[in-house]
Amino acid sequence: MRRFFILLRRELASFYYSPIAYAVLFFFLILNGLSFWFAVALLSRGPSEMTVVQAFFNSFFFWIAYLLVFPVITMRLFAEEFKLGTIETLMTAPVRDWEVVGSKFVAALIFYLSLWLPSLLYFLIFGWLGNREAVGFGAQLWAPYLLLLLMGMFNISLGCLGSALTSNQIIAAMITLMLTISLFFLTLINYVINSPSPLVKGISAYVAQLDHMDSFSKGILDSRPLVFYPSATAFVLALTYYIFQYRRWKT
Amino acid sequence: MIEVEKLTKKYAGITAIDNLSFQVGKGEIVGFLGPNGAGKTTTMRILSSYLPATSGRASIAGYDIFQDSLKARAHLGYLPENVPLYTDMRVGEYLRFRGSLKGLSGKKLKIRVGAVNELCDLKLVQSKLIGNLSKGFKQRVGLAEAMVHEPDLLILDEPTIGLDPNQIRQVRELIKSLGQQHTILLSTHLLSEVEVTCSRVIIINRGRIEASDTPENLVRQLRTSGVVRLEVKTGEDNPIPWLGNLPGVKEVHEFEEDGWRNCAIRIEANTDLREEIYRLAVERNWTVRELTRDRATLEDVFVELTQTDT
Repeated sequence: MRRFFILLRRELASFYYSPIAYAVLFFFLILNGLSFWFAVALLSRGPSEMTVVQAFFNSFFFWIAYLLVFPVITMRLFAEEFKLGTIETLMTAPVRDWEVVGSKFVAALIFYLSLWLPSLLYFLIFGWLGNREAVGFGAQLWAPYLLLLLMGMFNISLGCLGSALTSNQIIAAMITLMLTISLFFLTLINYVINSPSPLVKGISAYVAQLDHMDSFSKGILDSRPLVFYPSATAFVLALTYYIFQYRRWKT
Repeated sequence: MIEVEKLTKKYAGITAIDNLSFQVGKGEIVGFLGPNGAGKTTTMRILSSYLPATSGRASIAGYDIFQDSLKARAHLGYLPENVPLYTDMRVGEYLRFRGSLKGLSGKKLKIRVGAVNELCDLKLVQSKLIGNLSKGFKQRVGLAEAMVHEPDLLILDEPTIGLDPNQIRQVRELIKSLGQQHTILLSTHLLSEVEVTCSRVIIINRGRIEASDTPENLVRQLRTSGVVRLEVKTGEDNPIPWLGNLPGVKEVHEFEEDGWRNCAIRIEANTDLREEIYRLAVERNWTVRELTRDRATLEDVFVELTQTDT
């Protein structure tokens, strides 16, 4: 476990050392700022059913920022080790393979979560200075963040998979984008198909990120995402682990 | 320290190493030689637990590298070819990271990082980004990293490739001084380096061991014939038939320079005809300026053993 934390520290450091991290943070702040602005602007139009939090997490800009961030965060993780050849020094040190995969995944997850921190600050300050009721109470505030963690886990594990498949960061980013976007659009199956069968409805209920966010941001906790995302993450990470080993042994 | 038993590695359709067996004892510096593609890097990668073998066994410091891989790796310092390093880290930071990954901590880590900095002369570049270092410095960072945890065994894959002659000398001195405490297995193409630093040489070709002995013994056993050089003034005589008639001479080449005749006399292996040649010269009243025997080098051994069939 000690080595896991040493690796994790190194992975985190490499996130915050790179200028890309700050570019990502910058665009993220702009998009978050825009969706917050629209959320607040909604209130000025008169009484609304929606809280600011709900409006924020269901806006177009939120989803753009959310979907584009995964390839950028994860493309480097494994691809760069293979490209630089540092995989060889890394794996000949006394570390276990799962420690390497796990530390990369957790580091990416921590970086991803840190990207959402400013938005939490918006709500807290808005609630403090403005209208506490407009922000919402209890689960209405923290449930969307719980869902961000759950969905983030899953999408980052897909990113790990994409990065472990290639030595080229651009290709890794493309694979990740393809995987995350196509899973995201599975949500829309219900809207595209006329009168979908119960099976399609059932499946899409598990993967529908849009619908999940809709209910979580109202403060309604659905148990399906709580089960689906962690287990899907574990599955994709296991896949990443085997691909990582296979690629190393093939060279 | 290293025990390799019938190690075989097959890539899709190609046998990279074929039934390799050898031992390296404690405190030895072993040179691992062979042409490109002979299987040197593959062998080293298997020993360092980076690659699995197709069959066979190997152990490092008594730990099986497949079953007890983590323990075996803890006793090993490995410098891969081309020295891969994290370019976004600073030298001191990198060494501390690698040291702690290999099990050092606290005071011990500080002492060891300080020691390898001293040994590899890295004091001045401590806070520089590795990406900005010159090739020579990167090589030394790699070496420092390989031995930061005081491993019993160092495996160095071409540690002097891409360095200038001065740096090669420095690295060579470093390796020699390390040999007192560590066992070292190194691969290189610089045969003169092997002659100076290594106590034993293993030559492999096409995945098989062709020879394994001290450099001196290898040279002694060289099967190719030797050459004696003679520089004489022979007056009216043509030296070629005279020399050619001596028993044991295979071939004589000659050219003239400033009135002196330079003869290269190819003789049979493991013979020395210098006495006979001298007597002939005295008999025929030739003036001798030089009479030497070319010493075979490790290079001759290498070429002989690894040349593709001609």
